[in-house]
Amino acid sequence: MSLEIQAVEKEFPTRDGPLAALGRIDLTIDDGEFVCLVGPSGCGKTTLLYILAGLEPPTHGQVLADGQPVSAPDPDRVLIFQDGALFPWLTAQGNVEFGLRMKGLSRERREQRAQGLLRTVHLQGFERAWIHQLSGGMRQRVALARALAVDPAVLLLDEPFGALDAMTRERLHQELQEVWLTTHKTMIFVTHNVREAVVLGNRVLVFSPRPGRIVSEHRIHLPRPRHVEDLETAEEAARIALSLRLAGEVTDDHAQR
Amino acid sequence: MTMPSGSLAPRRSIRPGGRIVWIRRIGFFLGLVALWEALALLRLWPTYLFPTPGQVLESLARGFRDGTFLIGIRGSLGRLIEGYLISLVVGLTLGLLMARLRWVKDTLGLVVMGMQALPSICWLPLALLWFGLNPSAILFVVVMGSVLSIAQATEDGVRNTPPIYLRAASNLGARGWQLYPRVILPSALPSIITGMKLGWSFAWRSLMAGELLYTLPGLGALLTMGRELNDMSRVVAVMLVIITVGLLTDQLLFGQVERRVRDRWGLAGG
Repeated sequence: MSLEIQAVEKEFPTRDGPLAALGRIDLTIDDGEFVCLVGPSGCGKTTLLYILAGLEPPTHGQVLADGQPVSAPDPDRVLIFQDGALFPWLTAQGNVEFGLRMKGLSRERREQRAQGLLRTVHLQGFERAWIHQLSGGMRQRVALARALAVDPAVLLLDEPFGALDAMTRERLHQELQEVWLTTHKTMIFVTHNVREAVVLGNRVLVFSPRPGRIVSEHRIHLPRPRHVEDLETAEEAARIALSLRLAGEVTDDHAQR
Repeated sequence: MTMPSGSLAPRRSIRPGGRIVWIRRIGFFLGLVALWEALALLRLWPTYLFPTPGQVLESLARGFRDGTFLIGIRGSLGRLIEGYLISLVVGLTLGLLMARLRWVKDTLGLVVMGMQALPSICWLPLALLWFGLNPSAILFVVVMGSVLSIAQATEDGVRNTPPIYLRAASNLGARGWQLYPRVILPSALPSIITGMKLGWSFAWRSLMAGELLYTLPGLGALLTMGRELNDMSRVVAVMLVIITVGLLTDQLLFGQVERRVRDRWGLAGG
């Protein structure tokens, strides 16, 4: 699915009048692209993701998904939240089955699909675990499986690995690359970590501080799978970090958020 | 990541020194009974006002042997369950409406808040006039005692459904009414159960107050009878029965459910 972002702007009402969260964004994302949005915190990149998901309306402009204007959330574009937003009253498998249940799939087909997806994200044996029993990395794996279950054309990821330790994050980078290489879904990944963006994206877009605008665009042609410690990755990240520094704040720390 | 699958069994809340706590508790109660016995032996007060533990135990045994206590417990519990079920249906509906419809909150919500300042037993005179001298009057008092806290807790729980759950659910294709059974109610369940527990204990208190003032076969009537017969050991025995029934239903029934739900939802204090 291709996404066309046409003159999108977002303001939030505050007591002192409207606050511009997102400056004017014009952007086309092709089908099957892996795009990373990088920028200082508060620059509106998460807001843009919510607009793409249809969870927030833009103040100005519009988003076209395969030519159709986006006006409401749709399982064709699934957002993975920063903390997973998993349902604690369901097991890991119950969470993965949620979207399938909404689609009205039969019980056997739901179970089959959910168990298959939990295997894909290396969580076999944890089907019946409750969410609070899982570690942060496992939760984000469940969130990934839950999103993949409804077979969306677009995956929107809002700093999904931000709260994880470096080792877990590295492993999830590999798994996400694998998912992308095998499914070729369109992926839009928000992060404030430049190296993470270079490891994952084919295209890295750098945002200015609020109200966020795209200040630079970088094509990443490194071979996959990529790793954060690769020399090429580090060099590429350093180049991008420079443009980010010119745009405002700096974040090239990989290990901590 | 490193969690062995063996630790996936539900966590048992083992407090450090759990056994010491129990020894201390049992020791304390034994000491209390001993003190009671000693005071009774001193004969500071006549035994018909201050019975010994032995006399109370005897009354307790006699009450259970001749069936009066069991009839009383059955009568009271039956009335309690009947009133509570009505409260549950009314309270849940009311709470849901208050949480989702602004105008219900602004009107009925205000009444619910105000009514909580009124001890439920104060409804008895009104109920007696409305329903006459029959069990419906007590039932009414029980319902009025518990319905408000259930409604309030339901409203709180539903209103405080984290928006992120609603967003995630609608993103995964949940529409309109589906959100209620699949997201809003499960998310509100811990709060609703706390309200149900509170409602149950309010219902229990209201029932006992009602039964004392208006005689029906039940524990309250047994208490009144004990006073009329000037039988203090019987009064104390019935009080012990009331405490036990209240504790068992409150702690074992609702306490267990509450703990399990809070545990599963991963809430603190579970």
